[in-house]
Amino acid sequence: MSLIEASSEAEHTPGITPAVRGKGPWQLAWERLQRDRAAMVSLAVICVIVLLAVFAPVFAAVTGHGPQDQFPETGLTPEGLPVGPGSGFWLGADSLGRDLFVRLLYGARVSLLVGVLSTLLATVFGVVTGMLAGFYGGWVDGVLARLLDVVLSFPYLLVAIVLVAALGAGVPLMILVIAFFSFAAMARVVRGQTMAYKEREFVEAARSLGASKLRTMFVDLLPNLVAPVTVLASLLIPTAIVFEATLSFLGLGVDPRTPSWGAILADSTDYYRVAPGLLIFPALLLLITTLAFNLLGDGIRDALDPRSDRLLSRK
Amino acid sequence: MWRFVIRRALFGLLVLWLVATTVFLLFFAGPADSVARRLAGPRAPQEVVNQIRDTLGLDRPLTQQYLGFLNKLLHGDLGTSFISQTPVSTLIMASLPATLWLVAGAAALWLTAGVTGGVICATAPRSLRDRLITVTVLAGISLPTFVLGIFMIFLALSVFPWLGLAPGPYIPPLEDIRGFFQVMIMPWITLAVVQAAVYVRLTRGSMLDTLGEDYIRTARAKGAPEHRVTYRHGLRAALTPVVTQFGVDIGALLGGVVVTESVFGLQGLGQLMIRSVRDGDLPVIIGAAVLAAAFIVVANILVDIAYSFLDPRVRLT
Amino acid sequence: MTALLRVNDVRKYFPIKEGLLIRREVGRVHAVDGVTLEVQPGETLGIVGESGCGKSTLARCIAGLHEVTSGSIEYHGLDRSRGQIQMIFQDPYGSLNPRRRVGSIIADPLVIHRSGTPAERRNRVRELMELVGLNPEHYNRFPAEFSGGQRQRIGIARALALRPRLIVCDEPVSALDVSIQAQVINLLKDLQSELGLTYVFIAHDLSVVRYVSDRVAVMYLGKVVEIAPAEQLYRSPQHPYTNALLSAASVADPDLAAKRERILLTGDVPSPILPPPACRFHPRCPKAAPRCSAEEPLLLGEDHRTACHYPGVMI
Ligand SMILES: Nc1ncnc2c1ncn2[C@@H]1O[C@H](COP(=O)(O)OP(=O)(O)OP(=O)(O)O)[C@@H](O)[C@H]1O
Ligand SMILES: [Mg+2]
Repeated sequence: MSLIEASSEAEHTPGITPAVRGKGPWQLAWERLQRDRAAMVSLAVICVIVLLAVFAPVFAAVTGHGPQDQFPETGLTPEGLPVGPGSGFWLGADSLGRDLFVRLLYGARVSLLVGVLSTLLATVFGVVTGMLAGFYGGWVDGVLARLLDVVLSFPYLLVAIVLVAALGAGVPLMILVIAFFSFAAMARVVRGQTMAYKEREFVEAARSLGASKLRTMFVDLLPNLVAPVTVLASLLIPTAIVFEATLSFLGLGVDPRTPSWGAILADSTDYYRVAPGLLIFPALLLLITTLAFNLLGDGIRDALDPRSDRLLSRK
Repeated sequence: MWRFVIRRALFGLLVLWLVATTVFLLFFAGPADSVARRLAGPRAPQEVVNQIRDTLGLDRPLTQQYLGFLNKLLHGDLGTSFISQTPVSTLIMASLPATLWLVAGAAALWLTAGVTGGVICATAPRSLRDRLITVTVLAGISLPTFVLGIFMIFLALSVFPWLGLAPGPYIPPLEDIRGFFQVMIMPWITLAVVQAAVYVRLTRGSMLDTLGEDYIRTARAKGAPEHRVTYRHGLRAALTPVVTQFGVDIGALLGGVVVTESVFGLQGLGQLMIRSVRDGDLPVIIGAAVLAAAFIVVANILVDIAYSFLDPRVRLT
Repeated sequence: MTALLRVNDVRKYFPIKEGLLIRREVGRVHAVDGVTLEVQPGETLGIVGESGCGKSTLARCIAGLHEVTSGSIEYHGLDRSRGQIQMIFQDPYGSLNPRRRVGSIIADPLVIHRSGTPAERRNRVRELMELVGLNPEHYNRFPAEFSGGQRQRIGIARALALRPRLIVCDEPVSALDVSIQAQVINLLKDLQSELGLTYVFIAHDLSVVRYVSDRVAVMYLGKVVEIAPAEQLYRSPQHPYTNALLSAASVADPDLAAKRERILLTGDVPSPILPPPACRFHPRCPKAAPRCSAEEPLLLGEDHRTACHYPGVMI
């Protein structure tokens, strides 16, 4: 602040003022985001979940319960039912006497891995494809746009089911399937944005300076795409997380022994009357995670484009 | 007009053909024995594998198999289930009613709830009720369908057992209308909640847009009563995007149907598919997939046509 | 004196295409339709005409942004590949990339043409900013932090970076407030005498063109209808269209109004897709005779050239 004020007084006296670094659109957006309480809480929640996932092995060591270890003596009551939350098992045990808390933390790893990795893949390929298609146009673009529409008109889950049936379940396949659909959404958005920006005069100006098409795309267009891409990506992550949970719940996702929120929830359906925690804790975790990502995404959208339609009004 | 319909239909056929070909390649490309092994599952005995190879003619050249596959599809022959040895079409017909009832009921529910909620929000933007509904909507969008389903069952069985609601199996309405509702209400709500949330957002945004337009202000200035302005002028124009979205969703809904049916043990198409995937019952998977694709393609064509009727600005070329 | 630039019978048509995947040509916009003129070193050639008459298109052809459909543009001692022709754009908001810092925008031509080391470029950017009257310490700011006039100065600095000889100014001041317009125009004039620049200056404000130009060309529907030394053109316009333009302008200028009877243009500008045959102005011309719709008038004369069968001052 003070820098800018100082410089405006010292206008046209070069050499005296220190270099002025203007507040860029990013900095302004970050400041706006900081004023958004819901978004900041969401960001904190996401950080906590990430930390918990990263340090899952530490918690396993502290409790002495590995994610796959079964404790028939301590984890199950004499009648063979899972024990509830208590000193030994922070959130209770599951039907096989495994530590629910530790398994949820390891499940967070799967969820975040699938969510972030698939979105990252989708973003890289979606941005490049969308930008090339939008910038070059022509019949390749026409075919691509139609294809993306068709892909997006098919439900994720159905396609995933057919693919799992043909190729077998697993985390890599799941990431690829999710990435493919997110890619279609991303490419479509980026293509539209690129076509809009292509008409702007600064692109023309770059051309008049003799900039190559590649340079124009990456130096001039890309910085303008960061905003919509960030917003979409932050909304794609929770979608991917829910999708992973759903597939695992249906028994078509990760290997059933791997701790995953969806698989834990599927396990819980037979026991929730005796051990409601088995249902409530993973469900809550899933809900909080997706809600946090959605709120953050909404906040980012608002911070980057203050005029946009906003889901939650501030104040 | 007809040229447009024909072109859309041809494009739809092209998409269907692409889907069928992809499905075929996914399952049948590769050496005969490994394909047979894959279809039979890793634990099946060698005799079963051999039998599958011979009955499906997997050692024929791929192009010949492909043509046979397409030929059968064109004649509506979807093959016979490995497990139950009944024709796939019979299985599908048997599970169709549950799915259709599920979709119809849920759609009715989410349209009413979504549009009503959106109108309530739009008539008093930024008010307390607007914000309350909006928060609910956000939770609805974040809530995975299956989690909601499990919670509904949990509530129905442990908290409100006197309601008599129960998960599955499907009861035809003509047999036992009371039982039908007791089975269907929870799946309807489950399937409708996420969609309703989307529709609240859509209706709200679109209403607010139209209410800001000049002609609405003109109507107000001319002294038309407020409720008349809202409903006569605002709602009608605001519904166009809702209708479009509805058509798109009917196709995309099939994913949600799979989950809902699994959670509630409703024997519809979705559960049939999941079961077939678990059992490795290939003909059923392929049959259901092609049928679903056909459904989506037809729904999309209908949307495009309906859209062009609703919005005269869309030129049909 | 040999011309710096010679435009020979240049035509630029834009195809109009229809269809989604298979696009066929259904017509052409005759944006520039047979323009011949030359630009002398050190002079300012003004180009005026109504909106849509092809001024920008001609400018873009000269700057090499459009391939011409037919005809040729000869450059004498002007090397486009070394950036000796530059453009200044109309919209000071659209022609600067909102997501990039001003310093890097001005350095763009230097980077693209691989001129100098990073340190040299930085110095050059400061030099240029000073030259156009900007505080060089503001190089780290974003375009949004500058006013319209300052932004136009940024655009001018960018155009000057490669020490061009010819600058094509496409309505450089029409988006600015009147008070700012004078500043920017005076800056352009000062730069011209300081750096020995040649300008092609486009505007639809006749008084601006008169103030800056040595010679003025009047365009109508893709053609030059009259070209003459500025004072001569304003004192004794020969073409009825020039007359009409001047009398329309004189509504706001009592000096001119007193001297000249008002000739009002009737009807709309015909479509450049199907321009009228022979003389393009005949459907709106108060002097139109049978010959005008039968035979195309040529641009005739020495210093003062007019494309009209019945030229002359109308009093
Ligand atoms: N890229 C393009 N594609 C198709 N038509 C174009 C294109 N650029 C210009 N035109 C058309 O060519 C004609 C001349 O346009 P041009 O921009 O050269 O006019 P102008 O004299 O600069 O007008 P203005 O004063 O509004 O800037 C117009 O009819 C315009 O619609
Ligand atoms: Mg122009």
